[in-house]
Amino acid sequence: MSAPSDKFGRPIVVVTGMGVVTSLGAGKEDNWRKLTAGESGIRTVTRFPIEGLKSTMAGTVDFVTVDPVTSTGLTERLAEMATEEALAQAAIGAKADFPGPLFLAVAPVEVEWPQRLELGRAIGKTEFGYDDMLRVSGGGRFAAYHHRFMFGSVASHLAEAFGTKGSPISLSTACASGATAIQLGVEAIRRGEADAALCVGTDGSVNPEALVRFSLLSALSTQNDPPQAASKPFSKNRDGFVMAEGAGAMVLESYESAIGRGAKILGVVAGCGELTDSFHRTRSSPDGKPIIGCMRKTLADAGLAPEQIDHINAHGTSTPENDKMEYNTTAVVFGEHLPKIPVSSNKSMVGHTISAAGAVEAVFSLLTLEHQRIPPTINYEIPDPAILFDVVGNKARDAKVTAVMSNSFGFGGQNASLILTREPV
Amino acid sequence: MTEPKSPPAREVWITGIGIVSSLGEGLDAHWDALNAKKIHVDDKRFAPYIVHPLAPVTFDAQIPKKGDQRQMEAWQRIGTYAAGLALDSAGVKGNKEILGRMDMIVAAGGGERDLAVDLAIMTADAKGNSSPGFLNERLMNDLRPTLFLAQLSNLLAGNIAIVHGVCGTSRTFMGEEAASIDAARIALARIESGQSEIALVGAAHNGERSDLLVLYEFGDFNLKEKYAPVWQREGTSGFALGSAGCFLVLESREHAEARGAKPYAKLTKVVADLAQRKQPGAVTKSLEALWPKLGVAGDSGNLITGATGAEPVTSEEKAFLRQHPGFAVRATGTMFGHTLETQFPLGLALAALSLSRGALFPPNDPSGFEVEKADHPDQIVVVGAGHWQGEGMALVEAVK
Repeated sequence: MSAPSDKFGRPIVVVTGMGVVTSLGAGKEDNWRKLTAGESGIRTVTRFPIEGLKSTMAGTVDFVTVDPVTSTGLTERLAEMATEEALAQAAIGAKADFPGPLFLAVAPVEVEWPQRLELGRAIGKTEFGYDDMLRVSGGGRFAAYHHRFMFGSVASHLAEAFGTKGSPISLSTACASGATAIQLGVEAIRRGEADAALCVGTDGSVNPEALVRFSLLSALSTQNDPPQAASKPFSKNRDGFVMAEGAGAMVLESYESAIGRGAKILGVVAGCGELTDSFHRTRSSPDGKPIIGCMRKTLADAGLAPEQIDHINAHGTSTPENDKMEYNTTAVVFGEHLPKIPVSSNKSMVGHTISAAGAVEAVFSLLTLEHQRIPPTINYEIPDPAILFDVVGNKARDAKVTAVMSNSFGFGGQNASLILTREPV
Repeated sequence: MTEPKSPPAREVWITGIGIVSSLGEGLDAHWDALNAKKIHVDDKRFAPYIVHPLAPVTFDAQIPKKGDQRQMEAWQRIGTYAAGLALDSAGVKGNKEILGRMDMIVAAGGGERDLAVDLAIMTADAKGNSSPGFLNERLMNDLRPTLFLAQLSNLLAGNIAIVHGVCGTSRTFMGEEAASIDAARIALARIESGQSEIALVGAAHNGERSDLLVLYEFGDFNLKEKYAPVWQREGTSGFALGSAGCFLVLESREHAEARGAKPYAKLTKVVADLAQRKQPGAVTKSLEALWPKLGVAGDSGNLITGATGAEPVTSEEKAFLRQHPGFAVRATGTMFGHTLETQFPLGLALAALSLSRGALFPPNDPSGFEVEKADHPDQIVVVGAGHWQGEGMALVEAVK
């Protein structure tokens, strides 16, 4: 086995640059300081009226503004910020000339309400139909909205801005999207197709309709007051997730390429796995087999035994179903080793960044490895007696961490896991 | 588990094809329709816009539970149906062992909005009736709770998993036409390299949607007033949206042979690009740069394009095609309309179908740009250039 290959003979995939933006702030430093201090980024929404909403808080990124105001525009800007930070750290390629492909986890795109209402007002009547809307849509007046509301628009902007190579891939695997973007990058490097890949997860979609949609599916916490206490993964009184915004970016490289150019290696993506659940559109199979299989595939992909994982960065959404299912399945996979694994959910502080979550949490997992310190799960006041995780409750914990499993599970039966290590395994 | 860095690429076969479109469903119906030069457009329902509506389909045949059908919007039903046809055609329908480890890459847009709810909010707003919480209240009260799931891009894959049991892996690519070029490209690369053995790849599109017409009208992309074949739209450029679903089963040759599956064709190469279209001629240059990467034998052959009819991309693609005059061209947009994410898989499907039937289907082009081609094809090139971005090509070959 040659040095740059893993035990299966594949190129080792390392991380040489990372960037992150969440409701806690911009950049790794700010985020890490607040995460380990147990600060919450969740607040009452002020970006739009909240009258009539059942859930009125979110982890919005309010310190970034875009004009015109669109979720897709904010999504793009957050991705850009995280990528700039990752590229500055990796010091790879040249400005606007990244030497590899882009894999972008991004929320589905559609025309948004401010623009739809603008169109309605442009008709000049108070009773109208789609025929009337169509009559005023063309002619170039709204041309910019075509590009803005194409599904590929964020990726094409990033590809141009950062000079990534080839056709950029925009993907959605719901709440697992960020992990899938990293997995696609890992696979491309393992195939020898690329020496480097830019993997980004981004989500700026806290808007009225997004909140309503998740509300109607009874997925969101309604414990609005105080907003900071709403997201309480693994607690008995948890009642749903809290929507949030953010972006995580990673420069992946083959170990050989990183060493060759003298880059600092921040960590290793040792394994990736996914397994689809075909039970239901929003619920997990009651036997948990797809999630169990997903974690086992990931361990096998990394060539690690369950005993070699010493921290789990949980999906931990704070929904009644997810946290219970995550515990039950993790207990099966890790067996009697489980009590020795500290588990934590970043979502207690940053909320659920949906399409970005897998990437954001991968960045936090690598920071955990770097600092040998596990960020807490805040609001852990009333532990759920049915969830016997060693939860890192309320206060960060110093620990020897060599391998982290980061889990992501989403609507549509999407399960994806990553294993991140400090050194090649 | 072993994936050596540069293994010899494994051969990848197309062993299953599922198509449903304005021309009908299934391979025989499509082959007959193409040979009869059939075109099915509706110029009344969305007048002055023209659409290629889905042919009548009995969804029960592939989606037996009415409850499942109710949980889906039209695009998901079309796609789940086409996926079922592809699995049937590959002979893996109901084979839990294979389906349980089958990889899936779906290229998807999003689902239809509730037009009545949207219009009620917009008209109230236009009347000045919108208090600060008005939008929230209307959405909370009027949206069907599960509509979101029928709109979510990754829920086409989710429905295919639920209805057909395809549950190895599930990835959804987005980004209009380019999404399915990349879906085919990644699925091929994964199988060639041993990262995957068998994959379901495809897309679905419901072109009969006012909200989509509005979106494309923003960029003046819709064909209006009168239908014309793709190569005859110089004066009235644009595309006619089409409804279609198309899925392919891709499989390593070893895997197919081990289970005794017969190939329609082999997928040899898929390449893609993102041209910077602000420069005139960028698409022509991009396609020219992709061409030598395909490994096309000789200077004559067959080519199926998803050319949209929108400008300037169609003229730029035509300039590229004119540099390869030995190739008989077929534009699927003429017969199927523009089906966005579905157009590239449709091209791959028709290439594989043509190779398996030993002939390219006839031209359907009064302008004369498409010419007859009598000989037995060994290779067919598939081209896709998106209406606003994304270019790609594939080489589909006969299995010898």
